[in-house]
Amino acid sequence: MEIRSKEFKDRAVFAIHDASLQQALGKARGGFVGKRAQQAAELPEFEQLREEAKNTKNHILDHLDHYLERYEAAVTAAGGHVHWARDAEEARKIILDICQRVDAKTVTKGKSMVSEEIGLNEALIDNGMEVIETDLGEYIIQLAHEPPSHIIAPAVHKTKDQVSDLFEAAHGGPRKTEVPDLVNEARMVLRDKYFRADVGITGGNFLVAETGSSIIVTNEGNGDLTQTLAKVHIVTSGIERVVPTLDDATLFLRLLARSATGQETETYTTISTGPRRADDLDGPEEYHVVLVDNGRSKMLAGRFKDMLRCIRCGACMNHCPVYGAVGGHAYGWVYPGPMGSVLTPLIKGLDNAYDLPNACTLNGRCASVCPVKIPLPDLLRELRHMQHQQDLTPVMQKRALKVWRYVATRPKLYHALEQVGARVLSAIARNGSIRRLPLASGWTDVRDLPAPAGRTFLELWQGKRGQK
Amino acid sequence: MTETPTRGPRVGLFATCLMNVFRPNVGFSAVKLLEDAGCTVEVPANQTCCGQPGYNSGDYDAARALARQVIEAFEHYDYIVGPSGSCMATIRHDYPVLFQNDDVWRPRAQALSEKSWELLSFLADVLHAAPADARYDGTVTYHDSCSGLRGLGIKGQPRALLGEVDGLKLKEMEDSEVCCGFGGTFCVKYPEISEKMVEDKVRNILASGADTLVGGDLGCLMNIAGRLKRIHAPVKVFHTAEVLAGLADGPGLAGAAKEAD
Repeated sequence: MEIRSKEFKDRAVFAIHDASLQQALGKARGGFVGKRAQQAAELPEFEQLREEAKNTKNHILDHLDHYLERYEAAVTAAGGHVHWARDAEEARKIILDICQRVDAKTVTKGKSMVSEEIGLNEALIDNGMEVIETDLGEYIIQLAHEPPSHIIAPAVHKTKDQVSDLFEAAHGGPRKTEVPDLVNEARMVLRDKYFRADVGITGGNFLVAETGSSIIVTNEGNGDLTQTLAKVHIVTSGIERVVPTLDDATLFLRLLARSATGQETETYTTISTGPRRADDLDGPEEYHVVLVDNGRSKMLAGRFKDMLRCIRCGACMNHCPVYGAVGGHAYGWVYPGPMGSVLTPLIKGLDNAYDLPNACTLNGRCASVCPVKIPLPDLLRELRHMQHQQDLTPVMQKRALKVWRYVATRPKLYHALEQVGARVLSAIARNGSIRRLPLASGWTDVRDLPAPAGRTFLELWQGKRGQK
Repeated sequence: MTETPTRGPRVGLFATCLMNVFRPNVGFSAVKLLEDAGCTVEVPANQTCCGQPGYNSGDYDAARALARQVIEAFEHYDYIVGPSGSCMATIRHDYPVLFQNDDVWRPRAQALSEKSWELLSFLADVLHAAPADARYDGTVTYHDSCSGLRGLGIKGQPRALLGEVDGLKLKEMEDSEVCCGFGGTFCVKYPEISEKMVEDKVRNILASGADTLVGGDLGCLMNIAGRLKRIHAPVKVFHTAEVLAGLADGPGLAGAAKEAD
């Protein structure tokens, strides 16, 4: 997927004025936040689990090579294959090769953000394969030819009416308007695809080193049909998703469902280990795992290591007021919201996503709900620091910072200018505020500027106490 | 600066930039509350900004230059107290981080960090003070400013203190913990997004039925008050300290009350 994060500002403004989008976002916001809060409140050890999860992830990241090697050995022992992909291109090639080797015509897909990250669908379609997304949300946006706007609710930006239109156009009507009818219609269409699929591709929420298993969670069961009915199952996953044991996986599963959708557990949690064994009733003939680096090992070595704890629950975006205002597409690439504003510049380049770390009020709500306690605001600030160091900051802002520093480190000058400012602003104010200020239109286009009283506090204080 | 004989803790008041220019009344309210609670208050003249604008813009060097200035101006006081969760969170949390690789300044930053307090939490958690005979006739709703709330754990203290004010009725709004869209320079860099956020905030304030909004950070309050004024909403806006000190008798920020119709 081509990155369009440079257009963030325009896309954000467009999103704010898109009435359907705002309607969809408003609805989703209320649901996710309330349900997560309720789940967190009902589990007394929830905060303790977050701390445990953070520590466990840190331990894993400190020994990532060890656990990945253990994982690879276990997958191999179970009859599967592990492939290592340095970047998106390598990952696409590995998967394409497998698909072409088995002469795949139809490929079904469970939800996988890594497959979005590596631009997999385009590569398969360009090579003549039919690719079908089986997660309902992914299916909807595939019909709309759009990328996901949320990592766990890819079609969260769509209203029910828009889905009705899409389904009517794709399935040939009659137009359904009730959610259960729409879901049934998609189910009927997809059912046939599962049986025809040559290859099923899923993500991996967790990879278990001790057993060589991949774990996926879904609410629709689509992932299970994708990975058990096709002849070949390919798991795409980032290298950071490995956990030592099944016990560790349960720790994260408890946090994931609660943080993501506000459920105690997702409807389906499926553990896959290797291909079909002789006495298995079903399952794929081949089982492959494509482990994608794509910038992750670089993050592991640097100051953004904390970001690799991410379990892709989406709580940060559900609680982000900026995401809530503009939706996921404004961010211009695969990962939106706070986690995306950290990941996108790191994976796609700081200069390709200047606005993402900056379009944040550093209010900290994301970090306060993150199940693995990633200090997202600190990481976003750190990216701003890198932009500053690499001279990517706009010239005007750089100049303003220089002037500010010069003045603010000279208290007498600073206070004198504050006094002038207070007087001027007070003089031009009408009825307690200023409606329009040419050099501060960013402020006054949106709101009045409250007027100062005329004299600064320090001035008045010195007048009062100085005379004592 | 002051000749008052020393009694109680010696507090250096951090006069935040916005308070100094836009709302001196908040400074005087802070002084009154601190003195009523037995503190000796001084306002060092060699202070300016805490450095947060530089820090959050990624200019760590500029932030450090400002931080050193604040440390020098305040380290000889028993406490540094300011009427802003945002500035005080910078001093409390960010100063030690800014100097983590500096053996000379790290201990000084750490020492100041440990005696830095946001005004309301200082009154409640350190001094265990109650506002002396303050009165406010009105229904008040409280906005939780993000830095104070998540950075310093300020949530119950201002509400408890406001509960002591005669005549004041506290009414919670929906989503009081959600950012108002100020975010320092964010609000002028991304005005449309900021507008959407402050619009949501204002809708919740109006829905609460309160006639007054209070909060602990002038940045947020100026953003919200300016928006209320722009849409001619008859809600007064005060800093919590003004209400507690009994100095909330004027028109409030942006004079929104005058616009009331």
